[in-house]
Amino acid sequence: MNNTVPLKVDQLSIRYHHKPILTDVSFAIPAGQTVAIIGPNGAGKSSLLKGIMGLTPIIQGQVEFFGKPLSEKRLTTAYVPQREEIDWDFPIDVMDVVLMGRHGQLKFWQRPRQADRELARAALQDLGMWEFRERQIAQLSGGQQQRVFLARALAQQASLYLMDEPFAGVDVATEKAIIELFKQLKAKGNTVVCVHHDLNTVREYFDYVLLINSRLIAAGPSTEVLTQENLNKTYGGRLSLLNDLTEQMYRSRLDNAHQDD
Amino acid sequence: MNDFTPYPEAAFLQQAWQNLAIFWSFDDINATWVLLGSLLLGMSASVIGAFAFLRKRSLLGDALAHAALPGVMMAFLLSGSRDAEMLFIGALASSLLGFWLIDWLPKNTKIKPDAALAITLSFFFALGLMLLSYIQTSELPNKSGLDKLLFGQAAAITAEDIQLLIYVTSAVLLIVVLFFEKFRLIAFNRTYAKTLGIPVKFYELLLALMIVLSVVVGLQLVGVVLMAAILLTPVAAARFWSHQLSSLLILAALFGALSALLGAQISYIAPAMPTGPWIVVSLSLLFFISFLFAPKQGLLKRYWDYRQLKTRVLEENILRTLYKLLEREHFKRNHFTLAEITALRALPLNPLQKTLQKLVKRHYLVKHQLAYGLSEEGLLKAIKLTRRHRLWESYLSQHADLNSEQVHQQAERIEHILNQEQEQQIVAELMEQLHPQDPHGSPIPKLPSQNLQETQ
Repeated sequence: MNNTVPLKVDQLSIRYHHKPILTDVSFAIPAGQTVAIIGPNGAGKSSLLKGIMGLTPIIQGQVEFFGKPLSEKRLTTAYVPQREEIDWDFPIDVMDVVLMGRHGQLKFWQRPRQADRELARAALQDLGMWEFRERQIAQLSGGQQQRVFLARALAQQASLYLMDEPFAGVDVATEKAIIELFKQLKAKGNTVVCVHHDLNTVREYFDYVLLINSRLIAAGPSTEVLTQENLNKTYGGRLSLLNDLTEQMYRSRLDNAHQDD
Repeated sequence: MNDFTPYPEAAFLQQAWQNLAIFWSFDDINATWVLLGSLLLGMSASVIGAFAFLRKRSLLGDALAHAALPGVMMAFLLSGSRDAEMLFIGALASSLLGFWLIDWLPKNTKIKPDAALAITLSFFFALGLMLLSYIQTSELPNKSGLDKLLFGQAAAITAEDIQLLIYVTSAVLLIVVLFFEKFRLIAFNRTYAKTLGIPVKFYELLLALMIVLSVVVGLQLVGVVLMAAILLTPVAAARFWSHQLSSLLILAALFGALSALLGAQISYIAPAMPTGPWIVVSLSLLFFISFLFAPKQGLLKRYWDYRQLKTRVLEENILRTLYKLLEREHFKRNHFTLAEITALRALPLNPLQKTLQKLVKRHYLVKHQLAYGLSEEGLLKAIKLTRRHRLWESYLSQHADLNSEQVHQQAERIEHILNQEQEQQIVAELMEQLHPQDPHGSPIPKLPSQNLQETQ
């Protein structure tokens, strides 16, 4: 559908205070594929997604969505945050959460219209959550909460989906529903990028893999990239000298001073 | 009528009663304005406070109210008048300054948000008190009444104040209605709202401005010190009654209006009374009533549910014990003494006897002199429970790899909550290797209907 690259990241660096989280990450993702971001705990997987979506300040680098900056491609990009980031005691029901997905297209005073409700209904049905539409979100199981979040992203009618650990702590039914959703999205030529933590299922669920540990270790089709050597590099020894020196550089503000010459 | 008044209290009550009559006759136009103003303030403050509460920024309103005090005093000192608009602008300015400081400190220093809030609150309040003492010892005209801003006083309010109050609170309510969806989205999931391209910062600023406005116009009525209560207690109380944000807001507005009305009225009737404390006390009362008596989440309801569950578990345990005894006697003898029952299941005598009698009354048990036996109805229920218990044991030992003592412990609890559907699901999953016996070797009784068919 889209000949352009749905997501291109160029020399992205993120730090937290002086601690380097990600350094010089560059990659381009092919359209119409499911992409996994893999790496050990604290490797910066979620930060990468957040940096891409402009939720975490990046210190350098560029992100292009279909060749354009994010501000021009908001409506074609849907983000699914981690389930733990939300207060699930919030007084709201399932339908209203899913309708939030439509708010990018609603003016500031507008309430969701009938057409928006139709899209929300279709999204809930796709994820098998339609019968829960009037349920309070506090009463859902973990897997059902995840499906509500996915339905909300689906209601956005985007063509690029960025998901932060959608498979974390979900039941079998939800896992199946997510896989089914991936198939549907791919059939429509949409692209899915997921932070993923289960190495056993990567090959099965994803076409393309990014291996990350503070920097990009490898990127490519899962059949090629998931070699023992690459995995050892990703999960094995930390590049401690590299990180220490980068931190020292940030502390000394050398990167700013250096630009003068 | 008024000829003889032996006690000053009587005169006071008389006066208060008269004032009340005037208040509700709507003859005193000022009293009617106070009524309307406090209603609107109660509603707008509790609605806007609800969003602060849901965003876990509850103390923001408190800090902003305290931050308004030096602004009012400065406005008075600079303009020399007690013009409502003047004081309002002063309060607004210093409240906004306070808000900016609360926002700026954690972003640019190592100070955490809660500390920034506390530091700002006490600094501005101290500044306000300092200016207030200076004004009170000075020779400035019109200075009386400024100290009423601490606790609020409806009787000291001017028609001008009330008019401003009505404009501002109506505007606040209107904006909340207009932006409801966006405010809710941001309160629920701020980062997600950002990814939708919604100007989160703008709405957050708008919310903060609404809080500042509500706080500032409420000062005359509620006072600086207790403003936080009217922002937060209504929604906290409403939380016990409803799970839907829209009804939650309506309920909170109702609580807020009711208590503001009560406080304003009392301080109007008895002018020595401060309004703020009365509002807060009546709000807290509403909160406690909600906490105790709310139909689904109230303390009493929860206690009642727990009691009922306890009784049901005891009853079901007794039925099952009698079934086990029956089984041990190969279904030949169906009457057992208390000693036999307690030998199988240790239970304190008093509740045991009471429950046995209750079960007899409900025809689950039949009493033969000093012994008890299962009635037909009781037998069916006991079979159902025993079946579920033993099915769950089988399921656990097959799927969870637990030993027989562990599975018994688990099944003792699960048997009380399993329903028909789950029972069938267990049977279905056990189908391949369903033994007619549980892991301890006791037979799993069949469904009551099947059992009856066989015995017939």
